[in-house]
Amino acid sequence: MSHASKHEHPNPARARWMGIFARASAADLQKALDGLDAVPAYEFLRRPETGLVMVRGRSGGTGNPFNFGEMSVTRCAIRLAEGVTGHSYAAGRDMKKAELAAVFDALMQTDRRMTLETGVVAALARKQAEARALKSRKAAATKVEFFTMVRGDNPL
Amino acid sequence: MTPSASNDLLPGFADPVFDAQSAFRATLDAMSYPGRVQTVPTSLATPEPLGIAAGSLALALFDFDTPVWLEPVLAEGPAAGYLRFHCGCPVVSGMGEARFALVNAASLPRLDNFGIGEDRYPDRSATLVIAVPSLTDGPGTRWTGPGIDGSIGVQIAGLPDDFWAQWADNRELYPQGIDVIFTCGKSLVGLPRTINVEA
Amino acid sequence: MYVAVKGGEKAILNSHKLIAETRRGNSERPEITIEQIADQLGLSVDRVMAEGSLYDRGLAALAVKQAQGDLVEAIFLLRAYRTTLPRFAMSEPIDTAKMLVQRRVSAAYKDIPGGQVLGPTYDYTHRLLDFALAAEGGVGMPEAPVADEALDDGMPHVADLLDYEDLIEPDLPDPDQPEAFDLTREPMSCPAERDQRLQNLARGDEGFVLALAYSTQRGYGGNHPFAGEIRMGEVAVEIVPEELGFAIDIGDMVVTECHMINQFEGSADRPPQFTRGYGLTYGHNERKAMAMALVDRALRAREFGEVAKYPAQDEEFVLYHADNVEAAGFVSHLKLPHYVDFQAELSLIRQLRAEYEDRQQKDAAQ
Repeated sequence: MSHASKHEHPNPARARWMGIFARASAADLQKALDGLDAVPAYEFLRRPETGLVMVRGRSGGTGNPFNFGEMSVTRCAIRLAEGVTGHSYAAGRDMKKAELAAVFDALMQTDRRMTLETGVVAALARKQAEARALKSRKAAATKVEFFTMVRGDNPL
Repeated sequence: MTPSASNDLLPGFADPVFDAQSAFRATLDAMSYPGRVQTVPTSLATPEPLGIAAGSLALALFDFDTPVWLEPVLAEGPAAGYLRFHCGCPVVSGMGEARFALVNAASLPRLDNFGIGEDRYPDRSATLVIAVPSLTDGPGTRWTGPGIDGSIGVQIAGLPDDFWAQWADNRELYPQGIDVIFTCGKSLVGLPRTINVEA
Repeated sequence: MYVAVKGGEKAILNSHKLIAETRRGNSERPEITIEQIADQLGLSVDRVMAEGSLYDRGLAALAVKQAQGDLVEAIFLLRAYRTTLPRFAMSEPIDTAKMLVQRRVSAAYKDIPGGQVLGPTYDYTHRLLDFALAAEGGVGMPEAPVADEALDDGMPHVADLLDYEDLIEPDLPDPDQPEAFDLTREPMSCPAERDQRLQNLARGDEGFVLALAYSTQRGYGGNHPFAGEIRMGEVAVEIVPEELGFAIDIGDMVVTECHMINQFEGSADRPPQFTRGYGLTYGHNERKAMAMALVDRALRAREFGEVAKYPAQDEEFVLYHADNVEAAGFVSHLKLPHYVDFQAELSLIRQLRAEYEDRQQKDAAQ
């Protein structure tokens, strides 16, 4: 079955911010929304709903795709009073987060984009990068050098 | 137009659960009692030229696992984005891949373009949802088969001249073969593959 | 065959109440929370997610709580729940080379680009019960050391190092490969291709897959395996929603991946080379990933012209018995009333016995 392909309508800027909103917590998104000078009016095109994504892997990490298993995901779509549509898909079952992520996706397509980019998006991205770096540094503290011991029966 | 430029997207069912159930019920009745006109009780704003019955049926039945073929006028218009958004269904370019097809009687492709299922899985066939100008005003035909007490007279309008000859060929493929649902406005008539039609 | 019976409604309701009370345990102690299970019994949660084939820590933790820690029952609960959810998308294949690595070791090479990273592992513990964990007040909040530098971004797979020398079979996507088989949409069918086998093994019972893997090591289908690489960490999950038409990340998932490298002496049309076995599981689940990789390689016997004569190489045997929801269901159904069946068997045995005794008497009389 041919579903939408990855490269049908590339939109790297929007994909990036949607990914950042998807990884943010509902609390952080709510705080960011409350911080706006005017909370935007919007209606639901699709109320938050939870479903599944079939996650695929590749044999050997590089070969043919196979169906690895499913993951819960929650999506939402809203339309701002001014007509702009916002979408969200976020792993997990947090409906509030899906709603807020869709609102921010819509706002990022309005003339508020520059302000939001340097404020909200940059702060969320920084927080996510810091969390990743901390995890990686804890793993790095367990890096090991193995030395091969010469076996007694090995000729020197 | 990219699918994301959906700022004029029409909303789906007002009450997703009950509206989908009643559209499902109407479709079920149409397939259970071939030839009888059923009506979807839902009111739905569908993008032109998608009719209310066809749109309701789509919203009730189409999902991520049902590849759909749309006739060009639908595929190139707002209906494609509408169905992608509300149903999440893949819109396919090959008729043979489709499990459902939304078509119009006036530009109906030949039936043998569509999937008839497999010996082991005859259910993996296509269902054609054909928009017609009238369900009651066309040339008279007499239908017999399961779900019909004796026979029933049906007057579908606007079909190609050789449609019923094609249908006879499809009937021969049983248990494989396509199924048809005729739609007009809020009404629909089911024509399962088991039905014999005398034109 | 079993037949329906009536009755017992009150007894069943009371049984539900009794199991609820039993599950709650001693009421003088606080009730365990879902968050505590997700955090502190994380590896149980990982296993339930893997075999329940649904990545959702909260739901898996709930299932563990509801099943009183019976993981196979919890897996069943999760599988049942997933059937209530609609599917929104297929992900793009996850890219494990871009993993945020938490652990990564190779038993084939000691010096690998990016380094060997032990991560959180029980491998080098002494398996002595730690009574500090049982002490009142617990262990407080231990803090792990933090290195100055993060690990390298993106670590190459060890198997790819052998690829440079052309000493390992290539594993590249086949552009003509049809859509991957999906066990959640189609019934199992044999002969199975590798995509179907990998999906089956990924959600297969850990104990069953482990025992099969062990059997290959003990001579029932020798593969001469090396753990080329084991890695665990977070990978991004990316989908292309139908209505957007471009790829977006929806979040991350923790996976464990294992590449087994196996000696292969060559065949008429293949040179001597190393071959691959692949294991991939949700969460931190190394035993399962390694076992899966061994069984994956064993099941590739046909592909390499090897004679499949051992259980782990027998695709039908492995694939049809790996799923513990199916297995538990079929074994458990024997608990259902078989009263009519058994009565029929009973009268048959009585009749056969009477005939047997008649014959014995006649033989004795002669």
